[in-house]
Amino acid sequence: MPDSGNSSWDRRSALRAALGLAAAGGLAACGGNNGRGGGGSGSGTSLVQYFHAYGEAGTEQAIKRYAKAYEDANVSTQWITGSNFESKLFASLLTDKAPDVFEFHPQIQLVKSGQVADLTELIDPVKDDFNPADIQSHTVDGKIYGVRMIDDPQFFFYRKSLFDKAGVGIPRTLDELVAAAAELTTDKVKGIYLGNTLHSIVNPLIWASGAETLDENNEIAYHTDGVVGGFRTLRTLFTSGDLLLDAPTDFWDPSALNQGLTAIQWCGMWAMPQMQQALGDDLGIFPFPKVTDAGRQTVYNGGWSMFVNAKGKNVEAAKEYVKWLWIDRKEYQEDWALSYGFHIPPRTSLAESADKLKSGLPAEGVRLFNEFGHFDNIGWTQAMITALEDVLANCVRKGGDPEAELGKADGKVNRELDKLFG
Amino acid sequence: MPTTTTRQVSAPARSRRGLRARSTLAFWLFTGPFLIGLLIFVYVPILWSAWLSFFEARFTVTPSDFVGFENYRTMLTDEDFMGSLVTFTVFAVIIVPTTWALSLALALAVNRLRFMRAFFRSVFFLPTAVSYVAASLIWKMSIFNGVRFGLANTVLGWFGADGTAWLASPDPPWYWLVIVTVRLWLQAGFYMILFLAALQNIPPELYEAAAIDGARPGWQTFRYITLPQLRATSTAVILLLLVAAYQAFDEFFNLLSKTTWGRPPLVELYYKALGENQDYGAGSAGALILTLLICLVTLLQGRIMGFGRAEGSK
Repeated sequence: MPDSGNSSWDRRSALRAALGLAAAGGLAACGGNNGRGGGGSGSGTSLVQYFHAYGEAGTEQAIKRYAKAYEDANVSTQWITGSNFESKLFASLLTDKAPDVFEFHPQIQLVKSGQVADLTELIDPVKDDFNPADIQSHTVDGKIYGVRMIDDPQFFFYRKSLFDKAGVGIPRTLDELVAAAAELTTDKVKGIYLGNTLHSIVNPLIWASGAETLDENNEIAYHTDGVVGGFRTLRTLFTSGDLLLDAPTDFWDPSALNQGLTAIQWCGMWAMPQMQQALGDDLGIFPFPKVTDAGRQTVYNGGWSMFVNAKGKNVEAAKEYVKWLWIDRKEYQEDWALSYGFHIPPRTSLAESADKLKSGLPAEGVRLFNEFGHFDNIGWTQAMITALEDVLANCVRKGGDPEAELGKADGKVNRELDKLFG
Repeated sequence: MPTTTTRQVSAPARSRRGLRARSTLAFWLFTGPFLIGLLIFVYVPILWSAWLSFFEARFTVTPSDFVGFENYRTMLTDEDFMGSLVTFTVFAVIIVPTTWALSLALALAVNRLRFMRAFFRSVFFLPTAVSYVAASLIWKMSIFNGVRFGLANTVLGWFGADGTAWLASPDPPWYWLVIVTVRLWLQAGFYMILFLAALQNIPPELYEAAAIDGARPGWQTFRYITLPQLRATSTAVILLLLVAAYQAFDEFFNLLSKTTWGRPPLVELYYKALGENQDYGAGSAGALILTLLICLVTLLQGRIMGFGRAEGSK
């Protein structure tokens, strides 16, 4: 082996390795799917609408069916899978591929940056037929910026048979909930499931502690002793071994309860039909219990709303479409709210005529929604939501000090509040 | 390598110019498409990102507000970003040696096989074709889920151990086990192929000579003949592994959600640049800092391990 040959071999082997890696990378990257279905052949304007992937069977087909029935524009649907709908939405809104119409929650930064169009004139004629809270949560300075499609109360679902067997009653306080979870835990079943990241109970915890996210002057109202104590209690639950962790499905999916992995699960009313099908009468619901004596039982009235991208190319056509589907076509609104999962229609006339919600457990869900429900505050934006989710991660999952973590969050939230309200 | 040296004595004087023109055309024909792709998908974004990093670029990629080195100062004093570099270091310290050792061991094992060698080579290489996202989901939902019937917990159950939540709790940090094993499974086969090629390039005369000189087969020949002969490949593999570790994103992003820990630089930058703030200026500054770091480490590694240097000139 002569020396001169070695150096060229060195370089060549490195080059070969690099090319091989590039080729392998290309191979592994195959199978991309951009989700853009072939555009139909309809004439006139085309609109793009964004939806997050609903879990219930038939929802995607339903949305596409409504869109197809619309004659004045060619509406294509992007059904966004994955757990980060908001970041995909925010990123796409910056580009010229932005959707004309999208579903989201009311958040004021979208209004302040001129991202969402004023829909007051669409809603005004039927304003009285909407749940007043759904109008209020979409209103900034007297203008309404989104049309509520569905209201989704979130509360605890539980297995009555397991409660009876363990001799446990419905918990009225967070401490009782933790104690009940301990009683209910066996070597097969965990006591309670709050989702893999627990983030969906941040707001309920704040409300159940007697606090608010922001007060009426848009200042921080979540940093109270009650909330600090609530986070401490949750930490004891997290480390107790009674909390189901790393389940194959997240809180929004009924599988953990249906498959007998847990006795109690935080979930939304959307999953009620699937749970009833799997468990029959062995199912009950209760609100998030009080955290402190000054607190209150709490239900989170989440939901989804339609917004029009004010910076889109076809704002007027998009408004027309939203009016057609989510104001005029009540049969579609009813189908959307009640045929797949259970959602409460924000239109009073629809909610009152919805037979499926009139008796049994669904009626109980509606009662909890009305009696204990808290709606989104439009001033509570994604950056603030993330700040509080970090608090939860750092002090419940990681064991940090809630007081210090909330202090850190205050800084982030105040920066955001300064930007929004000056 | 005598074959390569003899080939260079060639090219008679006849029509040298025509030949050269044709080979120039062939050069551009072969490299052109690749170079255009490189330009559009690599160099333009790098330059654009460098430009963005000097601007206040929130919610826009065509900013006008020049801020100098402000974004760099933000990133270098940002606890989360600096923490992500620590996370990366921990990750690299674990993943680089383990992948190196496992892929070398696989190559040695496959190289010794007398039959079904092609079969095992393919079997070990196949995971390379699986996407990181799909593999992460398998790891998360079936192997390392926290319920009693997860694969890992089932195995632990045989020994009477309690089920473990592998990903939810950072204390103890079991999530590293999940992250490291998924990447090992995905990439060991590819590096095995590199080692296999290098192993087959070691001239058998060396082993024969060593045997005559009394070297015992096994550890002694491996230590004094195989390993030194693999030096060039080892260096390349370690370099590639390090760069791949810097680029880690998919498995961290998919396995750890809503955490404040276990975020390598690219995940941190993703949340920074594409999160609710859409801060492309700070994000680009972070990306450039990262690029500089990769260059620096690569150069240093080249110095230390003699990457691309002739064996004899040492």
